[in-house]
Amino acid sequence: MSEAIKPVLDGWFTTGDKPHLLGSQCANCKTYYFPKLESFCRNPDCDSSQFAIVELSRTGTLWSFTNACYKPPEPYVAAEPFEPYAIAAVELAKEKMVVLGQVVTGVGVEQLKAGLKMELVVETVPDADDPAGKLVWKWKPMAGEAA
Amino acid sequence: MSGEIAVIGVGMHPWGKWGRSFVDYGVAAAQEALADAGIPWRDVRFVSGAATMRCGYPGYVAGATFAQALGWQGAEVNTSYAACASGSQALAAARSKILAGQAEVALVIGADTTPKGFLAPAKGHRPDDPDWVRFRVGITNPTYFALYARRRMEIYGDTQDDFAAVKVKNAEHGFTNPKARYRKTFTAEDVAASAMVADPLRLMDICATSDGGAALIVCSLDYARRIGKANAPRIAAISTVTPTFASSVIEMPDLATDSAVVADAQSFRAALPMKAYEEAGIGPEDVSMAEVYDLSTALELDWMEDLRLCGRGEAAAMLREGATKIGGRLPVNPSGGLACFGEAVPAQALAQVCELTWQLRGQSGQRQVEGAKVGITANQGLFGHGSSVIVTR
Ligand SMILES: [Zn+2]
Repeated sequence: MSEAIKPVLDGWFTTGDKPHLLGSQCANCKTYYFPKLESFCRNPDCDSSQFAIVELSRTGTLWSFTNACYKPPEPYVAAEPFEPYAIAAVELAKEKMVVLGQVVTGVGVEQLKAGLKMELVVETVPDADDPAGKLVWKWKPMAGEAA
Repeated sequence: MSGEIAVIGVGMHPWGKWGRSFVDYGVAAAQEALADAGIPWRDVRFVSGAATMRCGYPGYVAGATFAQALGWQGAEVNTSYAACASGSQALAAARSKILAGQAEVALVIGADTTPKGFLAPAKGHRPDDPDWVRFRVGITNPTYFALYARRRMEIYGDTQDDFAAVKVKNAEHGFTNPKARYRKTFTAEDVAASAMVADPLRLMDICATSDGGAALIVCSLDYARRIGKANAPRIAAISTVTPTFASSVIEMPDLATDSAVVADAQSFRAALPMKAYEEAGIGPEDVSMAEVYDLSTALELDWMEDLRLCGRGEAAAMLREGATKIGGRLPVNPSGGLACFGEAVPAQALAQVCELTWQLRGQSGQRQVEGAKVGITANQGLFGHGSSVIVTR
């Protein structure tokens, strides 16, 4: 079933029970990038153009959060009627970076607090061309964490 | 300071939604600035335009467009595009030209028209464009402002009432400003009653888009002296520095910050004014007033701390004690800020300098900051590059 549903962006994340965002890591200075960078390292002291595609940490802590009370413009594809959704900025300890994503359906801002442990999941979102929708990465408070 | 230039003329087209060409707004602002300087158009030997990307071909070559509209007279032209920092980059180009002795007098000018509603990305399936990707996954402009606002609440204990108080203050400041789009006072209850856009920010916490234009006539100190304006306010510093890797602030339109595994995380907003203070040879304690980029109410508080007008996390307390109101110790956004003007992208960094100039000359009427001697601006472009200008008298 879920194998048939395509990701909203090719090569940005893995799917299944334990999904990961796909980033890249500089072969020279070891800096991580998301979305993946494969051209030229952005570290000003590094001139490498060699990168490995890596799975980024699938858990982190909530840095900040908000929600979208109004339907975004295209290319966003919203369910009708529009349901507001929460958005999380999650800090990955190993990669020392903050990554944005929607929060999983059913969790609103009132259930969020900075510092919560979050994990990456995939969820179906509406799509203009695909009636089954497409898969996108989202953040979800880990079990027992929602405030 | 030897690196200074004088501001001898300022002009603005009122902000609003006027439905006219950006060229009209720019020309009106330029004519006002020329009249204010009291110099002939032919004396201007360099036209530095801030570009507007929404207005097509003429907007991309704004310097030449304005020079043609004002009447070709053989001046050199330049066009700068840096999103909201465009005006400061155009000013920096003019300053370099003047300090290099290649021009005595320059017109710096920016004007814009804006579409209604959300700013949306260019069309088509473009997964290589971060601006397209973030909209595809539901991250709009207010998302970023709301993340910063919520972060303040979580870390410093700021409240939505504090954010509302910024709007109430700025609305009071802009109430008598003839160039402002919104001249109406609001109460905290009005703000609280407006629709939630991106929690914790409501509609009245977020600035609107506007049409508008602003222009400056700047010149060498020699020229200012020759025309009897030796006491004109001076541009003492301009900082348009980029962030330094690893940039720690999640910035529009990115989906992630830089990874700080090999270089320390750095706040670009805090770094931006440091170059300006150094260049002007002054510190935050010398500042009499600030015009900062209040895209959202909460962002004004972030900027106060980044400009070091108070300690980290102390901006809300400073606001609550009334220090940032006109009449207070350090007024912030006496013009009314973006809260009263709205965004007119290539004009706004110049509009901030216009306000500082009027204030330093004591010409701001009911919104006058008494005894203003030093003003600083802060302004933010895309990806986290921005600008800060210091004007002194
Ligand atoms: Zn590298």
